[in-house]
Formats: sequence, structure tokens, C-alpha cells
Amino acid sequence: MNAPQASRIMPPDTEISRPYWDGCKQGVLRLQYCSDCDRFQFYPRILCSECGGRSLSWRSVSGRGRVASFTVVRRGISPAYPAPYVVALIDLEEGPRMMSNIIVDDSQPVAVGDTVIVGFQPWGADHVMPVFELDKVSR
Amino acid sequence: MELCVEAALSAIADAGLDKSDVDGLLTCNAMAQPYMYHAEAMAEYLQIFPRYCLSVGAGGGTTFSIVHHAASAIVTGMADVIVIAMADSLRSGLTRDQAMQVQASTGHPQFEQPYGPTVPAYYALIAQAHMAEFGTTPEQLAGIAVACRQHASLNPAAQMRDPITVDDVLSSRLIADPLHLLDCSLVSDGGSAIVLCSAERAADLRHSPVYLLGAGEGHNHEHISAAHNLTTSAAREAGERAYAMAGLGPSDMDFAQLYDCFTPTVLVELEDLGFCAKGEGGAFVDSGALAPGGALPVNTHGGLLSHCHPGNPGSMFALTESVWQLRHSAGDRQVADARCGLVHAQGGIMSSHTALILSREAA
Repeated sequence: MNAPQASRIMPPDTEISRPYWDGCKQGVLRLQYCSDCDRFQFYPRILCSECGGRSLSWRSVSGRGRVASFTVVRRGISPAYPAPYVVALIDLEEGPRMMSNIIVDDSQPVAVGDTVIVGFQPWGADHVMPVFELDKVSR
Repeated sequence: MELCVEAALSAIADAGLDKSDVDGLLTCNAMAQPYMYHAEAMAEYLQIFPRYCLSVGAGGGTTFSIVHHAASAIVTGMADVIVIAMADSLRSGLTRDQAMQVQASTGHPQFEQPYGPTVPAYYALIAQAHMAEFGTTPEQLAGIAVACRQHASLNPAAQMRDPITVDDVLSSRLIADPLHLLDCSLVSDGGSAIVLCSAERAADLRHSPVYLLGAGEGHNHEHISAAHNLTTSAAREAGERAYAMAGLGPSDMDFAQLYDCFTPTVLVELEDLGFCAKGEGGAFVDSGALAPGGALPVNTHGGLLSHCHPGNPGSMFALTESVWQLRHSAGDRQVADARCGLVHAQGGIMSSHTALILSREAA
């Protein structure tokens, strides 16, 4: 996956989410896991949003998911985001939902329910972002 | 600030009051001319000295959430005569760069914003999910914009009054699939205000009052990626709570003013507020119900889509419009014999919802 140009909106660094971003730099998608209620959660929090417990650890996940919804942005948010591009909500196999981009070329229509798989894009020198591609095998 | 002051003064004069009668002031901040403490600055500007004074920020839902709070403040004796005033100048007061900055700062700073969603994109996610789940079509979404424009064409104060067709909407440029330009609300300057007091206090004012019979809120999430359901919103709880307080139901409403920053919000709200079953919003739009003279005229002033949208204050115009409808002073766009109406606003991305039930009768 090609790196986009600079001056995109970079995620601010916070202590609670650092293992997530460190995982991305290593090419691994990691989520918080609550061992009290056997459940993954996203985004990272200081407590399990289900049971309120603090027994949270970081676990690698499959990086596979399905498109819960998507849109093709035709007018980009800034020149650093050349349109068109796909913004999607991805339901990960392990449960949580996250927003991301689906990297496609114009000949690849996206549909709700499509299976996708994570990839990692370096954004500038300091950030690696999880983005998704359509899982061609399942299509 | 001047727009907000003008709106407040108009409302105070319309009620036959003097600014010295006002002992409560509720506002929301303006993007074009922000103040650290907006309500305090407004009171200072007007030289009024309320005992209840607050500016509130809950996005587009601020408007009716504030009405809910104000009613509670009156009931609990915190104030007797409350002015609710809001204005902003998004059209003339923000540069294009500032406007894009506002858009870019919507969303979760770590887990949404970097992916470049625009505000229309967030709502497009809701539209796309509704289309996938229920077979709703872009034509049906467009029908909502067409109905709002039909109402606006009857309103001399509306920003956009030329009639449009479903084809016009679908042939306007795509902004974020499936939303076209005409599925998106306007960018406007505008301000609006109301006076809220007890029914007893209202008895000797200039006009017969419009009564707030019910108010309800529902809050589900802030960020759309954390919504538990993309196609059912907390408008459902807001509506249920407001109907229960009023002792009325959807079929009692003669009109509805529904938050229409983008067409899919109206679609979801029609369902969640009980005007049709879940998934049948598209068919309800097709029935012509929303248009002037329809079974449920929606956004009789033209809404954010065609009347005006100055940002967070936008749905205040749905409230002033409802007052005129219930006073039977809405001119060419008067809903015949309007007795009760529902107004709804939401803020965030379908996040915070408030519904109000208004009536020309006390109960």
C-alpha cells in the first residue's frame, strides 16, 4: 500500500492507546481484551465498558472483518486526502467495530457485508495506520 | 452576537415583555464569533442580570435540550421568564479553511478523524446501512429534500425557494455516496429566540401561548463508530419519553419538524419517532406524507435543507415555525387546524436527541 503525502490528520499520542499504535508499527492489529467477561473492546479505555472491570490486556486479532457500512468521499477533507476515497465502518471478527479506509481502485465497488482484511500504511515518519483491503479470495 | 441579540429582542417584544422581565438566559456559543462564556457575554451586552444564565453545547441537539432544561428550571423555581437565543454566521463568518477545519475536527481525534471523514460522510454511513438493511433507495432520500423544498417555496423567509425534483437531487454532484449535494443542508447566517415561562405567567402576555406538553431526550453515543445501531437512534427513547409526558402519540401530531442536516436523518427519525415502522421510512416518503397537505407535513418552514442552517442554532427555526403554526399565523404554509406538533433535534452524529411535543391547548 502506498504511503499518502504528509499533512494528514495524525492521531494524537495517548498513553492508553500506545500499545495499539505500537502494534500497528509492528504490523499487528491489537485490541484490548477483558478476561473477566471474555470480550474484546475498541477503542482503548481504562475499564471494560461492559463489566466495568480492569482486567484488560492487549491481544493480537485476526485483522479480518466485514463492512458494516461505507461511503465514497467525493470531496476530500483537505488536499492531503485526494478524493475519491472510501471511509468505512468495519466489524472485526472478534466483535468490535472500527472506522477505517478501504483501499480500492475505481474498478472495485464496495458493498455492505464485504469481507476485508487489515493492512498497515506508514503515514509520515512517526505513524503507521491500520487500513483495510477487500478480501479478494472471498469475493 | 448582534444576530443573537436581535433574535432575543424580537422574542421579548413578541411576548410583550421588557428585557428587565427576563431572569433566565440560555444560549449556545457561536463558531463565527465565539465567546469564552457566551450567555454571560450576551447578558452583559443586553445589560440584563438573570439569576439563571448558561450557554450549552450539544451540537445540533443543543436547541431543544436547552428547552427541556429551561422547562425544568421554571418548574423548580430557578427562573420565571427564560429567553433562549442562538445565532451563528457560518456563511459570512467562517472562511472556507475555517469551515473545513470545523469539519475535520468532528469525529474521534484518534480513531476517526485521521481517515478523512467529512460531515456528510458520517451521515452517508447511516444512509448506506439503511439502504443495505431495508432496501431504501437514493430516490426516497431525495424525496425528503423535495418535500422540504415544497414547504420552503411557501415561506418567504426561506433561503432556497425554487422547487426541485427527485431527478434534480440525483443529478446534483455526489458528495459522499449515496448523498448528493441536494441531500445536504445549507450553510447560513441566522438567529432565532423564544421566551419560555409558566402557563400562569403566560396568561397575560400579548399572544395566546403555545404549550410545551412533553419533552424527552435520548443519548446513545458520541462517535458514529461507537453507535450500537446505525439505523435505529436514540430518537426512539426521546420520542417515547416526550409522548409519555404529553399523554399523546405520533398519530396525534398534525406536523413534525425533524432534524434534517442530511436527508437520511429524517428517514431514521420518521421511524424512530413512531410515524412509520422501522424500515418503512422510504415508503412513507413515497406516500407523499411529508409534503404540504400531506398526512404528516414535515419541516413546514423548509428545514435545514431549504430554509436555513446556521449550525448549532439551526433547529431553533423549527421551534419558532412550530409556534407560528400552532398560533395559526403561518401564512401560505399554515397546516390546516394544526393543534399539536412534534419537534426534534439531534446533535453529534445521530448522538444526542431531544423531542418536544407542542400544542395550542394546555392539555
